[in-house]
Amino acid sequence: MTDPIAPPPKKDPQAVTLRPELPPVQRSRAALKLTAAASRGGFALQVCDACGTVSYPARDACAKCLSTALTVKPVPPGGEVIAETTIRTSTDLYFRQRMPWRVGMVRLDAGPSLVVHLHGDVAVPGRVRMIHKLDKGGNAVLMALPEGRSAHMEDDPEYRELTASPKHRRILVTAGRGAVGQAVAQALLKAGAAHVFVGVAEPWKPFAGQEALANTPGIEVVPLDLTDTRSVAELAASIGGKTDILVNTAEHVRPGGAMDGGMIAAQDAFAVNVFGLQRLAQAFGPAMRGRGADGVNSAAAFVDVLPVSALAANPAFALHSATAAARLSLLQSLRAELRPGGVRVMSVFTGPVDDAWREHVPPPKVAPAQIARAVVTALAEGIEDSFVGDVAKDVAARFYDDPKVTEREMSQ
Amino acid sequence: MSTDLNGAGVLSALAGALAGGGVEIVDLSHVLSPEIPVMVLPPEFGQCQPVRIEEVSRYDARGPAWYWNTITLSEHAGTHFDAPAHWVTGRHLAQGTVDDLPLDHLVAPAVVLDFSAEAAADEDFILTRAHLEDWEAANGKIDPGCWVLFRTDWAQHVTTPKYLNLREDGPHSPGPDASAIEFLVHERGILGFGTETIGTDAGQGSHLSPPYPAHSILHGNGRYGLQCLAGLDRLPARGAILFAAPLKIRDGSGSPLRVLALVPGKGSAA
Repeated sequence: MTDPIAPPPKKDPQAVTLRPELPPVQRSRAALKLTAAASRGGFALQVCDACGTVSYPARDACAKCLSTALTVKPVPPGGEVIAETTIRTSTDLYFRQRMPWRVGMVRLDAGPSLVVHLHGDVAVPGRVRMIHKLDKGGNAVLMALPEGRSAHMEDDPEYRELTASPKHRRILVTAGRGAVGQAVAQALLKAGAAHVFVGVAEPWKPFAGQEALANTPGIEVVPLDLTDTRSVAELAASIGGKTDILVNTAEHVRPGGAMDGGMIAAQDAFAVNVFGLQRLAQAFGPAMRGRGADGVNSAAAFVDVLPVSALAANPAFALHSATAAARLSLLQSLRAELRPGGVRVMSVFTGPVDDAWREHVPPPKVAPAQIARAVVTALAEGIEDSFVGDVAKDVAARFYDDPKVTEREMSQ
Repeated sequence: MSTDLNGAGVLSALAGALAGGGVEIVDLSHVLSPEIPVMVLPPEFGQCQPVRIEEVSRYDARGPAWYWNTITLSEHAGTHFDAPAHWVTGRHLAQGTVDDLPLDHLVAPAVVLDFSAEAAADEDFILTRAHLEDWEAANGKIDPGCWVLFRTDWAQHVTTPKYLNLREDGPHSPGPDASAIEFLVHERGILGFGTETIGTDAGQGSHLSPPYPAHSILHGNGRYGLQCLAGLDRLPARGAILFAAPLKIRDGSGSPLRVLALVPGKGSAA
């Protein structure tokens, strides 16, 4: 079993905060295809279209038949660990901060032998289950886990490097007026968060769920209006130095096409969905990037819950879709900007949420509790792009197959 | 004031009184800030844009020697003026928009009706004709062409939930009924009606007849509204002069503004 991580002590104000370092970042285009697969969770490797050989590390041609038609596909994750070693010193700055480090060699059932990070609970020799995760530099790396669950296995220090676990972390949820924000806050608390700040705009307006938020120990309601730059800056001035995870659940949604409605609703949508995200990035991003290696409760992730219409517009919600696409674009840039700090940017794409604005949208719809579970899973398992609900999963699958076809399908 | 003064004499006397404290200036406006509540409409309608202040530069890389902001807000955010064209009843009136108001309407005397005790006792207090008649019996007749300011001390609730006092059945705050406004407009010929609340109408004014009687009757008869006023507790019942000039917005339905009142002071009049 793994020793459970104890709640970290209060920060020593005289100690220099460890500088975030990254594991080696350069990858070939072939290897980045593995990263793309790992960003969505699951275990996939290159498989030769011609002869079926599974390759690792990523290469441009099959080592057996020289075919260049290598496709990244899910492969069975089972294998046998056949050797291990523990590295106690290194010239690499990232690993020097984290010594000792256990690595091993695994003979995968699907063929290749892999050099992998080795979970502390893996017995050698023995059966293992392989996972493919993004490291702090955002690249796919392999780790061998015990075949079954072991106690506190998510607290293994090497595993925790590959996730943004909410355990012992202080988290800001940005939109507490909504059911999604409330569900996410409660779920994060249950998942072990040390403290959850919940932003509430326009406190002079009552809202459903207000009392439950106020009465939950561990949740602290804070003033936050994403449409007001000073409000965001003031909250960051107050808690930006101890915000380890930020989860943006804000959403302004109105039905209507591109030719419907007025400019005010359109401006409101961008003010919340796009510029709100940008204000959060500007106010909280720099401090988070500086605290990526700050111990057990280091800054770990910036999560955005956004509509899957970011990928292909839903014409019945034209402006909402346009803001979602802008939001996705902003997240891509933000991901690149936070990467040097080892802070992950995670996108949680949702299908239509089951709320009053989408009452007329036929099911399946997504309940706030489903989104909350997805946020916790994304953090706990280090999944960069997750898709909540059947609609989001379906749109994503179609989009990655052919965006143009998906565009037409969305308008039928 | 002696009646034989000509215009130059009046202004000269005023300048002396302002300098000597015989006439004081009272600010009747709230600070324009994002924290000031704005009216809430059913969400499927267009909404009142709140105050937003975006810094352009502040002696920094965006402009090294200067500080300035871009502001965005509704015509009806913060302490603001309602022109006749704001309401459907006033849509066909001449000079109904803020860019086209007679200038002598922008500087006018004001009477202050103190119903702060009634408003404290009843958040849905409704001002009626009978209240006005009682007030006149005690304070004298309301003059034509003056502002009537309805004091409720509601200004002290600004930025708190009590200001709109929103519940599931809507907002709750004091305001007039049709009998009061009909009386002020048709029998007293007032210039306009001013309140400390978010609107000239009561929070539950949509349930009165006609709905929103202050908006409906005032604007339908070319009269004005002033809302979100502050400092009414510093005005005398009679004798104040109000400076209430909205921004000159093309075809504007209203405007945020700085409302100033001249009141008799304790200092020298000369």
